[in-house]
Amino acid sequence: MKPIYMDNNATTACDPAVVAAMLPFFTEQFGNASSIHSFGAQVGKALKEARGKVQTLLGAAQDSEIVFNSCGTESDSTAILSAIKAQPERRTLITTVVEHPAILSLCDQLEKESYVVHKLRVNKKGRIDLDEYKSLLNDRVAVASIMWANNETGTLFPVEEMAEMAHEKGIMFHTDAVQAVGKLPIDLKTTKIDMLSLSGHKLHAPKGIGVLYLRRNTRFRPLLRGGHQERGRRAGTENSAAIVGLGVACDLAVQHMADENTVVKKLRDRLERGILARVRNSFVNGDTLYRLPNTASIAFEYVEGEGILLLLNKEGIAASSGSACTSGSLEPSHVMRAMGIPYTAAHGTIRFSLSRYNTEEEVDRVIAAVPPIIAQLRKLSPYWSGEGPVTNPEQAFQPEYA
Amino acid sequence: MWDYSEKVREHFFNPRNSGPLENANGTGDVGSIKCGDALRLMLKVNPETELIEDAHFQTFGCGSAIASSSALTEIIKGKTLDEALKVSNQDIADYLDGLPPEKMHCSVMGREALQAAIANYRGEVWSDDHEEGDLVCKCFAIDAVMIEDTVRANGLRTREEVTNYTKAGGGCSSCHEKVEDILIAVNGRLYNSEPKHGKAPAQSAVKPRLTNYQRIRKIEDTLEAIRPMLQRDHGDVTLIEVDGKKIYVALSGACQGCQMESATLGGIQQKLVEALGELVRVLPVGAMAHH
Repeated sequence: MKPIYMDNNATTACDPAVVAAMLPFFTEQFGNASSIHSFGAQVGKALKEARGKVQTLLGAAQDSEIVFNSCGTESDSTAILSAIKAQPERRTLITTVVEHPAILSLCDQLEKESYVVHKLRVNKKGRIDLDEYKSLLNDRVAVASIMWANNETGTLFPVEEMAEMAHEKGIMFHTDAVQAVGKLPIDLKTTKIDMLSLSGHKLHAPKGIGVLYLRRNTRFRPLLRGGHQERGRRAGTENSAAIVGLGVACDLAVQHMADENTVVKKLRDRLERGILARVRNSFVNGDTLYRLPNTASIAFEYVEGEGILLLLNKEGIAASSGSACTSGSLEPSHVMRAMGIPYTAAHGTIRFSLSRYNTEEEVDRVIAAVPPIIAQLRKLSPYWSGEGPVTNPEQAFQPEYA
Repeated sequence: MWDYSEKVREHFFNPRNSGPLENANGTGDVGSIKCGDALRLMLKVNPETELIEDAHFQTFGCGSAIASSSALTEIIKGKTLDEALKVSNQDIADYLDGLPPEKMHCSVMGREALQAAIANYRGEVWSDDHEEGDLVCKCFAIDAVMIEDTVRANGLRTREEVTNYTKAGGGCSSCHEKVEDILIAVNGRLYNSEPKHGKAPAQSAVKPRLTNYQRIRKIEDTLEAIRPMLQRDHGDVTLIEVDGKKIYVALSGACQGCQMESATLGGIQQKLVEALGELVRVLPVGAMAHH
């Protein structure tokens, strides 16, 4: 049976139209856009077109606000490091406890270098407290970096409002929007967002291409120096094939934007309702009223996520887990812990992330596959007995900490 | 995803001896729900012969935790308690044709469950002395707690010493930053690669003073080292005068009148401060005329 891919927050399939548009740039269109001859000039023209398409998807006021680079992580690092280098007198940063490691690991490093990092906490729905945020805004803050959509739960943060609040206090605002771009309508020119990170492979473009949106007149220091590319803001020969691919992917995202919030959302909701109705002791994580249309984060109590994924994989279903067991660290996902999800549920959280390529038939196959898998693992679990959890599970099984 | 052996996969997909065991007379509960691995091992021991007649498990954990539990029950069935106690975590891993380094703790948990269950049967209290931290060295499966304990116990100061004592960092070397972070956390600072038991150089508070001649030679040598960089940008620098803490230089070529002149002087000053170990000011030759 055809495998089912529901891990689109990890990465997406390249759209065939994207691949087709890229191919000539590996062969006859191999020129360096900086060259004066015709080989280069044609590539230069293609890059300009692609830049325009990214500009349209983001609703940026100028195409020069689009800076191509290698990935979302590079965009995040560039934005944060630029903000602190351009404003050396400001040594405080604001972010959240549920950011992607691309932000959190960098912030941890900056703390070692004696920067002050305020990480906004979240409640059990994954929401942040805007009053806490407001109380932290002062003239020592170099940048507030707040993700637009959470990769694990899909929960959205009110970044447009938060950017306004930062702007009123003269503070730069950056958002890691790699999960939001292509899934939500974005119109940056009507916001006060100064910098935004985009990653190509999250929206059906290839891996290895990213964008930093940099609002005109935002003070900036490049991460990489050594060339005039991207107007000196990101040196290094352009990845022309990937940039062209990203342009096409952005074009397609504009065309399919309505589908994401109708068709894909309907599939996600069907999946969630179907699973929750058939599996007891399961629940949805995150802010179900305000989240990405494609993401379902479902906690299955008293079982561990990796086992679920291995059994799903056997059925040809690809998803991912909120459990860190699959990433080599022992603690459960920092996002689940930040929301106060108990360990017995956090370890058993599975993320299904859909795309416009998923079908209703696939959703129904997943709905049918999940219940027996959970039942099989619960039969092995010391917290489970027969049809339900053992009485007082946390007391009935209290292992010695090893 | 993990590179599990066929044997691990097979034991995960078809676990042996899972579920509660009727009439068990020895039970061991180990693991940590926080870490996402917890195991209950149940034994049926013949009181006459001390033979393990049956063994079952219930496990909350990842694929390799379930496979390790399953393997453990297969290994110990039919063994006497004393024989069973000789089973090491490596035996469990070997039975499964190996485990990824990050997952070796699953086999450790299996061995601990066995000790706990036997202690429970014998009416003894089992206490666990093993603590596990984040995996630091993936090549040799060494975790942070192990490194920290070894650093403390032996007063280790450098990354090289940590590698000699624990093997951590002796392979691909990508964990060296993490090892250094642990050294800083324990020692409060990072020491240079000097041997631990070597004579620590007597840190005299007063640095030996340079003679005027030595000092000017040092300034010249430092400028000489900077010149190629400036020449690459079609500039150059010459030492004109040393007046106490003031060092006058002439910038020439492209450096002269360049908007970056003050930045260049700042860079030269930084190098000289480092080389001389004292605070000096680097000034353009033009500034001398005002005196």
